[in-house]
Amino acid sequence: MPKIRVMPTLLFKDVGLVKGVAFDSWRRVGSAMQAVKVYNLREVDELVYLDITATNDGRPPDFETVDDLADECFMPLTVGGGVRTVEHVRRLLKVGADKVAINSAAVEHPALIREIADRFGSQCVVVSIDARRRSDGTYESYTHSGRRPAGRSPAVLAKDAEAMGAGEVLLTSIDRDGTMQGYDVELTRLVSDAVSIPVIASGGAGTYAHMAEVLRDGRASAVAAASMYHFTEQTPLAAKQHLRGAGFSVRL
Amino acid sequence: MKRVAVVDYGMGNLDSVARAIEECGGRPIVTDRAEDIESATHIVLPGVGAFGDGIRNVRQRGLDQILREQAVVGGIPFLGICLGMQMLATRGHEGGVTEGLGWIDGEVRRLEPAGEDSRVPHIGWNEVALTRPSTLFTGVDSGHDFYFVHSYHLVCHDKEDVLAVTPHCGGFVSAIARGRIFGVQFHPEKSQRLGFQVLRNFLAL
Repeated sequence: MPKIRVMPTLLFKDVGLVKGVAFDSWRRVGSAMQAVKVYNLREVDELVYLDITATNDGRPPDFETVDDLADECFMPLTVGGGVRTVEHVRRLLKVGADKVAINSAAVEHPALIREIADRFGSQCVVVSIDARRRSDGTYESYTHSGRRPAGRSPAVLAKDAEAMGAGEVLLTSIDRDGTMQGYDVELTRLVSDAVSIPVIASGGAGTYAHMAEVLRDGRASAVAAASMYHFTEQTPLAAKQHLRGAGFSVRL
Repeated sequence: MKRVAVVDYGMGNLDSVARAIEECGGRPIVTDRAEDIESATHIVLPGVGAFGDGIRNVRQRGLDQILREQAVVGGIPFLGICLGMQMLATRGHEGGVTEGLGWIDGEVRRLEPAGEDSRVPHIGWNEVALTRPSTLFTGVDSGHDFYFVHSYHLVCHDKEDVLAVTPHCGGFVSAIARGRIFGVQFHPEKSQRLGFQVLRNFLAL
């Protein structure tokens, strides 16, 4: 079994990186290039870079920016935001992305997952699912940066995506996003149990203990986080040291 | 200066590989032209994608002949990465059976989950246990972590070709060598310090 992965998430909006709460109230948190360089020096396990306004603005991915960032990124890089066609994927991989995350297009055109997997392999297709808890305790998936309900539960969406050839699920709790109150462990467990591909838990990390909880009880393969790195003194390296102490297999 | 042909067959993370080679002191040329490959001191065959598509693209461009002449016949140091290593096999079983380049006696098969936590694709950092010493791993101790992202693996028929194994899905071959032909299932270009050490070792050949 591979090491569990601790990965910072970089959200890009307009001109730089942002971080919000529940997919709203965005705060600026610096330049993407600076962040990539720092995380590269610190040898983080993997980076996730999402352009959060591309789909809503009707834009394709910004290939030039990704090209510049990837040139400084000697670690695995997942790129998402505005990815709607096989050609988008080809160009992103060409300029240095290792994996491509698709969210809105995966819901609207599930066949796109199959096309990408057939052409480039399952391992580079990350299906990104943003989910919100309903008042009855079930979950709804959303597209368009949390604006449009997809009409399907995250577990069903993940299972369908796996059947179409997705290689990984990036699962974000909209409710927990930016709150630093902990991951939605129940949501993560529902999806992890529904699929056999790796699930990256995202949304809500505030402490290293939150990570251990979602890895153990949510059966996640990786933990993504943003706010706790932007707004506290905590680091991916210290997270892994903590997780090793808690009995997890990590790369140090 | 080492002139490194990074073979472009229309698939794969060519820029990442080229950038890493540059950082390691080589001069990469991303190319599918015979004259570039023939004048290179080293050849790297990268790859992300499906076996059948990869082989078809390589053949359509006539690269199978050129690569064979340079690496197998000519002895130019050659490194296949991920799909670039798998394509050296006799045949692949990804989306039907496809004949490979046939430089390494073996088959490319899907990873089969063994036990609860061997998820496929195998994505992430995992140990590379060396089964014999090799200049490719000079300065890299056995058991260090490298970055993997794949669903298929190379099953070697000749154990002499195996350089390293990795414990996932019952264990699979993560590096091979036959003479100056090398292959790694992991991504040295994304494995930071130790990945660069492997690339520097290759460029030093």
